[in-house]
Amino acid sequence: MIALGILLALVLLLVVFGLLFRLQILTSIFSGSYNRPIGLSNRVNAILMLLFLILGGAAFAYSFVDNYDKMNPPIASVHGLHTEKLFWTTMVVIGIVFVITQVALFVYSYRYQYKEGRRAFFFSHNNKIEIIWTVIPAVVMSGLIFGGWKEWTNIMGPAPKDAIEVEIMGKQFNFLVRYPGRDQKLGNINYRLIDATNEFGFDLNDQRGMDDFTAGEVHVPKGHPVLMRIRSRDVLHAVYAPHFRVQMYAVPGMPTKFWFTPTKTTDEMRAQTGNPNFNYEIACNQICGRGHFAMKATIIVDEPEDYIAWYSQQKAFVEQNPDVLADFKQKKAASVEQAQAAAEVPSTVSAKAAL
Amino acid sequence: MGSAPTSAPHIQHHVAGDHHDEHHDEGNFLTKYVFSTDHKMIAKQFLISGIAWAFIGATLSTLFRIQLGWPDAQLTWLEPLLGRWVEGGKLNPEFYLALVTMHGTIMVFFVLTAGLSGTFSNFLIPLQIGARDMASGFMNMLSFWFFFLAGIVMFVSLFLETGPAAAGWTIYPPLSALPQAIPGSGAGQTLWLVSMALFIVSQLLGGVNYITTVINLRTAGMSMAKLPLTIWSFFLTAILGLLSFPVLFSAALLLIFDRSFGTSFFLSDIYIGGEALNHVGGSPILFQHLFWFLGHPEVYIVIMPAMGIVSEVMATNARKPIFGYRAMIGSLIGISLLSFVVWAHHMFVTGMNPFLGSVFMFLTLIIAVPSAVKTFNWLATLWRGNIRFTTAMMFAIGFVSLFVSGGLTGIILGNAALDIQMHNTYFVVAHFHLVMGSSAFFGMFAGVYHWFPKMFGRMMDEKLGYVHFWLTILAAYLVFLPMHYVGIAGFPRRYYAYTAYETFNQFADLNTFISIAAIFAFFAQFVFLFNFVYSIFRGRRATENPWNSNTLEWTTPVEPGHGNWPGAIPAVYRWPYDYSKPGAEQDFIPQHIPYSQTVSSNLPYEREME
Repeated sequence: MIALGILLALVLLLVVFGLLFRLQILTSIFSGSYNRPIGLSNRVNAILMLLFLILGGAAFAYSFVDNYDKMNPPIASVHGLHTEKLFWTTMVVIGIVFVITQVALFVYSYRYQYKEGRRAFFFSHNNKIEIIWTVIPAVVMSGLIFGGWKEWTNIMGPAPKDAIEVEIMGKQFNFLVRYPGRDQKLGNINYRLIDATNEFGFDLNDQRGMDDFTAGEVHVPKGHPVLMRIRSRDVLHAVYAPHFRVQMYAVPGMPTKFWFTPTKTTDEMRAQTGNPNFNYEIACNQICGRGHFAMKATIIVDEPEDYIAWYSQQKAFVEQNPDVLADFKQKKAASVEQAQAAAEVPSTVSAKAAL
Repeated sequence: MGSAPTSAPHIQHHVAGDHHDEHHDEGNFLTKYVFSTDHKMIAKQFLISGIAWAFIGATLSTLFRIQLGWPDAQLTWLEPLLGRWVEGGKLNPEFYLALVTMHGTIMVFFVLTAGLSGTFSNFLIPLQIGARDMASGFMNMLSFWFFFLAGIVMFVSLFLETGPAAAGWTIYPPLSALPQAIPGSGAGQTLWLVSMALFIVSQLLGGVNYITTVINLRTAGMSMAKLPLTIWSFFLTAILGLLSFPVLFSAALLLIFDRSFGTSFFLSDIYIGGEALNHVGGSPILFQHLFWFLGHPEVYIVIMPAMGIVSEVMATNARKPIFGYRAMIGSLIGISLLSFVVWAHHMFVTGMNPFLGSVFMFLTLIIAVPSAVKTFNWLATLWRGNIRFTTAMMFAIGFVSLFVSGGLTGIILGNAALDIQMHNTYFVVAHFHLVMGSSAFFGMFAGVYHWFPKMFGRMMDEKLGYVHFWLTILAAYLVFLPMHYVGIAGFPRRYYAYTAYETFNQFADLNTFISIAAIFAFFAQFVFLFNFVYSIFRGRRATENPWNSNTLEWTTPVEPGHGNWPGAIPAVYRWPYDYSKPGAEQDFIPQHIPYSQTVSSNLPYEREME
């Protein structure tokens, strides 16, 4: 019933609009302005152009300033400080160009509105001006490119030798975290070995993996370079940590990496933001399915000594899951037999390998 | 005022063989309106299907804006429309992704590629170069019907039980390849790929035709250096499409193989749905390279026709020659060339080699230079003009404003170091919606309002046009400027809700604001729809040359018939921008007026051509 009422009201509204429209046309025919090419509306539109510039510009400036604090996630990495500076420098440069061009556009529109009897200035080209405004953007661009390129090569360059390593694996719809353990070396993993317990696909034939441990959240020490090794086991994901200005895709079949140096512990950041619940978060930033919008992980930045304490308390994956290791040993024994059997028919094996 | 002479004696029968039979067979309804080979009818077909698709695409965006603006709202009232995609009063998150995907696909391909190029290239190329029709009318017809077929397939996919494609309009595998990952990657994705294959066929048929026509069928005197900028932009757009769409076709084909025939072009090391798949050795990054090799030229395929239309509309209504005609052509060519070597700026943080990132950053920021030149030239065209604010002119001015606003942030996104933070955030969404979304729409509106009299023989209502313009530009800025703030704060795109994060807990009110503005923008378009439909039947009758414009299409009758000119095709003597020439009687001299008739206004170097 209500729906019907709303529908009726809408129809009536449309009818009213239609009638008003007809009325407007009829009066304009009557007043003779219907066929006049350039009438009062030209002037009205010119004034509106100017008003749009002034009021719109003021509203934009106000809302920008008003939201400025909210739009800057606090920075907690060394390179983040650099890119932030570059970002706002670039914003200032493009802001200047923005103001100049928009003001010129709308002011010219107002200033050079149609006037009876005036003729436009026949001005078809001027090589000098054109060269000037080709060269200036080119020079400004070169400056910005150079700044960006320097930062980019630093950020993407090889991680320092003493960087601590952590591996993050994306899956629908959460991130798995793995540390290399005492030997500081991550063991091999194999996606075919993945199951409900062995979520990473630990390949325990590799001795380096025996002391690897998994964790529910990422712990990193403050002031120390961290190398994130990133992979995915199903579809594309992206590791996006806005506070550290870190982002890298997680690609199935192609491990990626990103290194950074955190500058503030979680506690320091809680104090700074005045938010006791503050946490550094990793958000998935590449569409990955139903749970994409809630696929996250937490990064805890510790003081170095806290980090060491936390690290030494962790138990290796094999220690926590002895069954997986037992299973592996059994399979290994079986595969030796299989290998011996297969050796007798090598042609099929090589055919399979070729596939 | 005064109408341009159309049947003046100086129109020569310059090519004997060109003299068309004037008694045309009008044909029946089917051959005239449906399976028409006339470029003008095909243009109208593209335009009307483009408008229909635009409303579908906008409806989808309204749905997901409702979700983003009011994430806690009960959406039971949408059940009559969406059926079981509303689950317990909440939108299904997978359907949300499908909405985003289909909105992007429809807007980019069906509206801003087919709707824009399809309409105006078809309509204006023969009329403005002085040709009877396209080089191949039959291929042109096929181009529309392949597009129509593609549209049907895409439309059908909206109603599948598993939903339409939902892996984003960029359909990155593995998500788009594995129905286990998201149901939309089942039948929905299959139909998406089939539809896109048909669409590409349509684009190629159209593109070959546009290029051939521009090269071969120009009227006497119409050298390349006398072409209106519209034609230059359509010509270069067609070349871009011809070179880049086949690459998307190959990507789609390989994806079909991966999905259906067990190949591993894009898939490797995948464990999903409780089993390890057998795909080994493929690379999802390869798909991204192939996709963006089309995808980046594609944004110029969208924007260049709009640039051409705006140049033409602006010169006509500022009553001034376009400033720097050659520089305008040069920058179009520059953009076209560079558009092929910047694609990987979409992939800075995908794991691509960082050295490639550096190279693509250099190339990307260079492309800003020709774009800047174009903007300055438009501004210089307005300077000291005598501006008539026709609706088309207002949309042209709006285009420049939006193009500048959106284009400038491209300088940030093209910078690899800054893209680390901005990639896939709302900053990107705001950027491309301004620079290629809104502004391409503005170019399209400018074109529709400007050439409507030639298309339908009637004028659109100017007052309604003004209302439409002001509502639309206001709404466009109200939607997309605040989106930058959300993006700088790092909000990822394609998120169903932000409630799960501590980092993204601000801006709930701003998201509501954006949604209200977006819904407002959607409803403002009904003003246009009404004006468009009403004016086709009841609009004021147009004259032959209502805007006092110089280009050749305005020398045809009010409603040009088959073959466009009843008599011989006029020859061309001058460039299309002789507006307000000192010494001339009127403030415009059409292209077909020889210098011998304009002795008083000829410039020194033009004297010898008298």
